[in-house]
Amino acid sequence: MSAKPKLRAADLAAGRTHEAVLVENLSRTQIVMYAGASGDFNPIHHDEIFATQVAGYPSVFAHGMLSMGLTGRLLTDWLGDGVLREFGVRFVRQVWPGDTLRGKATVTSVGPDGRVVLEIVTSNQRGEPVIAGDAVAMLPAD
Amino acid sequence: MADHEFPVDRTAILTFAAALGETNPIYWDEAYAKATPLGGVIAPPTFGVASAHWNPSHALRGVRRIPSAPERPQARRSESAGDGASLTRVLHGEQRFVYHQPIRAGMRLRVAARPGRSWEKEGKRGGKLRFSETVTEYRDERGELVVTATSVGIVTEKAVEG
Repeated sequence: MSAKPKLRAADLAAGRTHEAVLVENLSRTQIVMYAGASGDFNPIHHDEIFATQVAGYPSVFAHGMLSMGLTGRLLTDWLGDGVLREFGVRFVRQVWPGDTLRGKATVTSVGPDGRVVLEIVTSNQRGEPVIAGDAVAMLPAD
Repeated sequence: MADHEFPVDRTAILTFAAALGETNPIYWDEAYAKATPLGGVIAPPTFGVASAHWNPSHALRGVRRIPSAPERPQARRSESAGDGASLTRVLHGEQRFVYHQPIRAGMRLRVAARPGRSWEKEGKRGGKLRFSETVTEYRDERGELVVTATSVGIVTEKAVEG
């Protein structure tokens, strides 16, 4: 068995895009799984009474880092494992239970050394961006 | 912000990958992972945040505290977000990881966090916003950098929905 075929930088060019559905109908259970795995037990993400009555939100909402983690999957599934050199996002909008997220990565530049720079946007089912960011990967040059 | 250890084990990687809905065997199938150029199980790109479990000063650990209803806007340092008022007003604004090498199962990382820049801005929906950066370095047993993480926390005056 070997690693799945890796992309080479030569396979990519500026403007090339990759899209995928990252989660459909996000469940409270997945948010709780993420709380447990990440160690972020802010009750605003799992305690409906706290989120609504104390904090004044319409419901619990996902950790920003859950959306970032899901977006990381967009990159690793496409580009390969262990190739990311940088990955940064801004959390633009909250993600709620029931949301469906779609990620889109766009290549902005490809260097001769295999350095690939990408822009990333993850949006909800209404097409509103929830996170926006960028990433850098090092791929085999050819 | 105390310097602390972060031993990386396969179960922690597995539960983190599962929470992300990962189906990639590089995160749990040791035989598969060993046959790849990476040579073993690695962690997903955002796994560094799970060091929170080992951080003795992490305010959002699984210790439930009774929240007090906020009477007025609170602007507290995010590390002291141990009361209800500040828990509801601290948002995660930005996150960046710089990867120097993959986080691998079996690593015994050291984690050191330090405050970065801080600034204020008038927000449209959340009143006055206070931004503060935290820079966290993850190093391996030899002291080599593995990941540098920069997080921007935002303390808001009121609940932000959008």
